[in-house]
Amino acid sequence: MGAYVRRTVMWYGGLALLGGRVLRNLALPPAYLRHVVREVEVMGVRSLGVALIAAVFTGMVFALQSAVNMARFGAETYVGPVTALAILRELGPVLTAILVGGKVASGITAELGSMKVTEQIDALRTLGVNYVKRLIVPRLLAALIVFPLLTVLADSVGVLGGMVIMHLERGADMYAYWNVTTYWVLPRDFLMGVGKSLVFGGLVTLIGCYNGLSTEGGTEGLGRATTATVVHVTMGVIVSDFFLTKLFLILWWP
Amino acid sequence: MVAVTALVEVVEVAKRFDGNEVLRGVSFTARKGETLVVMGGSGSGKTVLLRLIAGLIRPDAGQIRVFGRRIDHLREEELLGIRRRMGFVFQGAALFDSLTVLENVAYPLREHERLPEREVRRRVTEALSRVGLEPDVLPLLPAELSGGMRKRVGIARALMLEPEIMLFDEPTAGLDPTNARLVGELIREVQAGLCDTSIVVTHDLELTRTVADRVAVLIGGRFAALGARDEVLESEQPAVRAFLAGEAR
Repeated sequence: MGAYVRRTVMWYGGLALLGGRVLRNLALPPAYLRHVVREVEVMGVRSLGVALIAAVFTGMVFALQSAVNMARFGAETYVGPVTALAILRELGPVLTAILVGGKVASGITAELGSMKVTEQIDALRTLGVNYVKRLIVPRLLAALIVFPLLTVLADSVGVLGGMVIMHLERGADMYAYWNVTTYWVLPRDFLMGVGKSLVFGGLVTLIGCYNGLSTEGGTEGLGRATTATVVHVTMGVIVSDFFLTKLFLILWWP
Repeated sequence: MVAVTALVEVVEVAKRFDGNEVLRGVSFTARKGETLVVMGGSGSGKTVLLRLIAGLIRPDAGQIRVFGRRIDHLREEELLGIRRRMGFVFQGAALFDSLTVLENVAYPLREHERLPEREVRRRVTEALSRVGLEPDVLPLLPAELSGGMRKRVGIARALMLEPEIMLFDEPTAGLDPTNARLVGELIREVQAGLCDTSIVVTHDLELTRTVADRVAVLIGGRFAALGARDEVLESEQPAVRAFLAGEAR
């Protein structure tokens, strides 16, 4: 029990220290812009399919379930805003962060962990290269660009998916559906989700990098670190989502 | 009397891992113009000592000075400039496995100097020829090289920034006698014309005879002997004798 608590405290402490080092290194030269662009491609373009397919089906399922149940109260007209609010505020950013984050962060852990166990990170350091700036900062900057963009796209196809399925399955008028939705949904609902995605992007990338850099014990340790990253990312997104929701509600809905 | 310049100075350094005391108060200096060989059995802390000098890990106690500057308390960012003046050759070469030989050897140049691509290629080819490799290895990946070639590419990469101190970690480990002899000769050439001081950690007696000016023998976390090569290799100390005869436990 004591060892578990010690390990947990050390993990959170290490993550926070790495976060501090990343912030300190943000302004230092060189900028490594070429690497940021490459990471945007690796993280964003290659994760687009996963994010969009998950979002469109989530939007359709949510709209269908809501329609069937809200019809019992004569409130089917409001399926549009309910679906859009759920997607914009929660499902879009959270699902994107868990799916894309799990994929991206476990990939980062595998890559950095492999570099760690084969002494490639130490080789970088002995060549006078700032490994935090070279390996972590570009990934973090890319995540801060990619996650909000993917979330916006996921939001769009999720809302559209809900609208299309309501038209096809429940005969809803798409023009009326859109009007009711845009009447009830405010810009801050959208911004809340985008704000969350920024934090999620930074968090999952930091988790992936930290677990990779902490890898010990050869290939077996690498496997353990990669699995741990998927669990840490999922739990990190779900738990931080609660606190972010509380924060945004205090800020925008006092 | 000629003043002796110590490029590396290690004072009463101790290091432990998970309660296991690996180094217990090691002290020595590596002077300008010499090759110091640190010998010791597997797990005796030789590599730990080298990593401490490069600032890759911090000591639990004691002081380390490199180029006259204390480095044991410096932050990673503050160590970068000092590390650029040192070359480190890893036991397993530690080449970047997704980069070609050209990209590996050119890495420090591309990272720290703004040179035209033609000049980078010329300097890489020159460095490879210095370690006995032909330009036809340039497009190969590390996985396509033999152990001896990987080691020589690692040496070429470490020499690219013209370091003043070279650190070699078990340079002949895993090599056949021919390649081991070639690497030994290479270390002598490096010391003769390319850097000021070399520190080599090894358990290879033949290599020690080839390259060492001074020898230290690390036993039980401390130096059991430290002195001129012949003096140490012919030492009458029982622990040193037992180690050199391969009878130490």
